[in-house]
Amino acid sequence: MSEKQKKTPKNTKKVKKTVLVTGAAGALSQQIINRLRDTYQIVAVDFRKLTFHSDDIPSYKIDFNKRGFEDLFKQYDFDSVIHLGRISSSEETRMSRYNANVLGTQKLLDLSHKYGINNVIVLSTYHVYGASPYNPALIDETAPLKAAELTMDLVDSVELENLANIYLWRYPDLNITILRPCNIVGPGVKNTISSLLSSKYAPTLVGFSPIMQFIHIDDMADAITLAHKKRIRGVYNVAPSDWISYQDALTHCGCTEIPIPSIPPVLPKLITGLLDLKMFPTYLINYFKYPVVINAKTFNDTFGFKAKRPLKEILRTYKEMKE
Amino acid sequence: MSLKSFLKAKLVSKELNQQLDKIDKPVGSLGYDPWGFNTDTNKIVLSLFSGIYHKYFRVEPKGIENVPDSGPVLIIANHSGQLPIDGTLIGYALANRKKSPRLPRAMIERFFPTVPFLGNFLNQVGAVLGDPDNCAKMLENGEAIVAFPEGIRGSGKLYKDRYQLQRFGNGFVHLAMKHNTPIIPVGVVGCEETIPAFANIKPLAKLLGIPYVPVALPFVLPAKVILNFGEPIHFSNEDLTEEQVTRRVEKVKSAINGLISKGLEEREGIFQ
Repeated sequence: MSEKQKKTPKNTKKVKKTVLVTGAAGALSQQIINRLRDTYQIVAVDFRKLTFHSDDIPSYKIDFNKRGFEDLFKQYDFDSVIHLGRISSSEETRMSRYNANVLGTQKLLDLSHKYGINNVIVLSTYHVYGASPYNPALIDETAPLKAAELTMDLVDSVELENLANIYLWRYPDLNITILRPCNIVGPGVKNTISSLLSSKYAPTLVGFSPIMQFIHIDDMADAITLAHKKRIRGVYNVAPSDWISYQDALTHCGCTEIPIPSIPPVLPKLITGLLDLKMFPTYLINYFKYPVVINAKTFNDTFGFKAKRPLKEILRTYKEMKE
Repeated sequence: MSLKSFLKAKLVSKELNQQLDKIDKPVGSLGYDPWGFNTDTNKIVLSLFSGIYHKYFRVEPKGIENVPDSGPVLIIANHSGQLPIDGTLIGYALANRKKSPRLPRAMIERFFPTVPFLGNFLNQVGAVLGDPDNCAKMLENGEAIVAFPEGIRGSGKLYKDRYQLQRFGNGFVHLAMKHNTPIIPVGVVGCEETIPAFANIKPLAKLLGIPYVPVALPFVLPAKVILNFGEPIHFSNEDLTEEQVTRRVEKVKSAINGLISKGLEEREGIFQ
């Protein structure tokens, strides 16, 4: 008998399967919870703040690295984990991001293994590929993760991936599905790119306008829900089959460009460093200079996924927000 | 109205618009493909380039019907003239072809994406970083690809070395074999005389981080350009040693050499 079964109270008959959703304070988690709440018992956790979802959804603010985190696994009979609780590179310090994203994820995966969970979704990011002038377009999942080579501020993203990959192969029973989405945008999303598209003025690097991909938060939530339902382990890029240059995207969103000199390369780093712009951080500068276009064919073919929200509509929403 | 829409309305003729709309290009809802190609920018640039192609260089494409109407194809040519004029002329010749026009993608040196404006501009008109992954995915998409296996060894050579083919990389034959793709050899005559270079300031090139800094006239000469497209060359997909692949590369090189000689014989004068 597995430990998980031992911990299930004998007199408790489970009606619904239980899902642990991390990063519960984020807009994406809210979307996932809305999609799963009728079918599953949801337990929401976040290490940043306590959020209220509804009376039937227990919510916790908890540090994954603290011993108390395991109590949740003892208290609830989790069947699956949807790990969205990644502190993005624009938040917190490098060390706290490392602790939360890498060590926190390790703890989560260890506990998932210990308690016999057999369905784990890990949200990663396309940033792990790194923005380099030598990137081919339509990067496949097998491409090397070069982000750490370009900036130390993305080390935690790459390490999180490496860790999840090790667990994926070492513990096949966990059925880990790692999703690497392109830029997630839409209402409530507070990442770097969404903040830029929302703002009236957005920095650009003179002479550079890389091709970008945007996935609507609703489509991303659909993709995660689908991955959770189908339970096919592996690493998958997630992106719609549509593309636009960064500067054209800003125009469609009604943003006014603030050009930043791009050469010599040290100049934009110096300027953004001095200005300390949260929405245009120095370590993400290369992503506004060189394209990182991912190939989502494997995910689409394996899971039968197709993004539904048209790119034009996604960008128009940002424009309408400004009017 | 955006600047792009304004320029398109002002510059792109109805005929050219119709000609280019005949070409089926797999782009997204806003006119971009994953490599940065943009339908509107391409139309504007081809409109502007029309006069340069027809009146300035008086380009004569010969045997252009050898390029298949559809499906993957590698168009392999000699490289010359310091700037990527040769690739642009081959691209325009195919887009302007009356029967089954095509918009080929030129493979460019790895240095271009780092140059402000130029890198994005080249991508928007269809040029792509010369990377084997890019090339393989485009062939899978059924694209026509223009490549110069001499690379900067060809484009940056001096006037005294004109029409002497430099070493070819083997990558294009590997791709042709793997993706069962025909090779169309092309002999470009005339581009060597557009920007004759008499020396290369290597220390300055090193300082600026660019492949070469030619000592040349500060303008492009109106040399007459002849493009000779050869018969398709097919290579079967076999497990070959690199030496055997090199022999296949030499076969293509020899075909290009023949087409260059043909073009030089056909030319009545550098500017005529």
